[in-house]
Amino acid sequence: MRDLNAALVQLKPKLGRVVDNLSLIREQVEQAIEQGADLAVLPELALTGYFLKDLVPEVALSLDSPELTTLRELSRRISLAIGFVEVTADFQFYNSAAWFEAGELKQLHRKVYLPTYGLFDEQRYLGRGDRFRAFDTQFGRVGLLVCEDMWHLSAPYLLAMDGATTLVCLSSSPGRGVEQGELGTAAAWRNLTTATARFLTCRVLYVNRVGYEDGVGFWGGSHAVSPSGEIIAAAPEFEESLTQVQLAAADLRRERIVSPLLRDESLCVTQRELERIHRERSR
Amino acid sequence: MSLLTMNTALARRILVGFLRDEIWKVGAKKAVLGLSGGIDSALVCYLAAEALGPENVYAICMPYKSSNPESEAHARLVAEGSGVNFAVVQITSMVDAYFEQFPDADPMRRGNKMARERMTILFDHSALYGGLVLGTSNKTELLLGYGTLYGDMASALNPIGDLYKTQVWQLSEEVGVPRPVIEKQPSADLWAGQTDEQELGFSYREVDQLLFRMIDQRATTEELVAAGFAPEFVGNVYAKVQNSHFKRRLPVIAKLSNRTIDRDFRYSRDWGK
Repeated sequence: MRDLNAALVQLKPKLGRVVDNLSLIREQVEQAIEQGADLAVLPELALTGYFLKDLVPEVALSLDSPELTTLRELSRRISLAIGFVEVTADFQFYNSAAWFEAGELKQLHRKVYLPTYGLFDEQRYLGRGDRFRAFDTQFGRVGLLVCEDMWHLSAPYLLAMDGATTLVCLSSSPGRGVEQGELGTAAAWRNLTTATARFLTCRVLYVNRVGYEDGVGFWGGSHAVSPSGEIIAAAPEFEESLTQVQLAAADLRRERIVSPLLRDESLCVTQRELERIHRERSR
Repeated sequence: MSLLTMNTALARRILVGFLRDEIWKVGAKKAVLGLSGGIDSALVCYLAAEALGPENVYAICMPYKSSNPESEAHARLVAEGSGVNFAVVQITSMVDAYFEQFPDADPMRRGNKMARERMTILFDHSALYGGLVLGTSNKTELLLGYGTLYGDMASALNPIGDLYKTQVWQLSEEVGVPRPVIEKQPSADLWAGQTDEQELGFSYREVDQLLFRMIDQRATTEELVAAGFAPEFVGNVYAKVQNSHFKRRLPVIAKLSNRTIDRDFRYSRDWGK
């Protein structure tokens, strides 16, 4: 596994403006390349904006669309993780994340857990993904998550059991909760990413967008977490930024020696108990 | 125990960012607002001055002949303190011209007319300066329906609509609203000596504690009574929220087609922005 120089690209997409967003993304990615990054991570729905509602079919892209082809070609120079609305040949729409590398689509992840409560309404407009699969990259095995996926313990667990050593979470997280010293959502996310990294001795790259849509402010605060659960790089909150972070393979090796939690994790026990629970619940 | 303490520096940052982002993204640079001399519009004025630069904010004081002269003096104090553009537009002649035809109109009709007169002036100045009209209704007023529909409730953007009055006081301290404006009794200033709390029958601090538990924390009536709120107070406030809900919604459209605006034709307002 080689060391990873990642750029966390915290940008402000325009709602429903795919062409404008693509040029913004290209600009940022070019800058990341210039700065020597070998991976650029962009937010959930970076190509479209978040509160799309009835815009979903209008902004959806097929995997062979010119826009995604552009990004795939760009990945000859830098690996890319990016969120967009995907349309399939049979006209299903997904909140998807793609990993492009060396001119190829290495992985497509369709968001499984679509929040549909409070200020969220995703399941009204989007189809639900049905799998969590880790995949090989030049920086080791990676697991992709889209925002709410991360809040379901099983999702990062499955990816780690599937061999992922780096979890990459693309997010469009609305900021709320100003009672405490920290923004409520920001504190909750940092708890989640650091605990997840520690439980699974995985690196976590969390990239959130900024900007406002209809009064909702996305808080940014993208960050990288070491496999020991420390935040090792963080972008500012509420501001566009490009944050670079070095992730050494040696740190991962060291942590997995110090905390061999995954070595001791028993898939057999988990599987047997899950099957029992499923059986008993289905009665 | 007060539940409404907040991180004012953080709230300020989010609200200033909101004004900047939402105004700039529609291609505007300026904002227009009514300055009543009260704390809500003073807070919005300071936030707007910080977000857009005071030279891009147009504050208009619109007194009626029965308005307390202190209100205009306080409006002036706010405009000077925040550095924004300031103008006074009297509404007496327009309002009186109308009520010559309806001399028996009660104070509520007169108050509503004044609020709507001010609204037309703000939107006219919106066209004049190419600036968006900022709303100055706080969450307490909006929930209680203590405002005039299409009057003071009308705006393009409202930075303080998710802040209870108790929080408006806190944030006003943070942004530097002049002391006399923070410390005076809240008043709609429709007649001499009127105060909101007298008219509402309870204090803002009291009702904010109740509303926060009822709305934000989704407490049941049983929980609210157990927390020490009188059952009649809980019932009264709940009824106010329910009965004023129409003021917080767009006009209801009768459905005929398969795609009706706001029912199954749904887009964010920031569509394409």
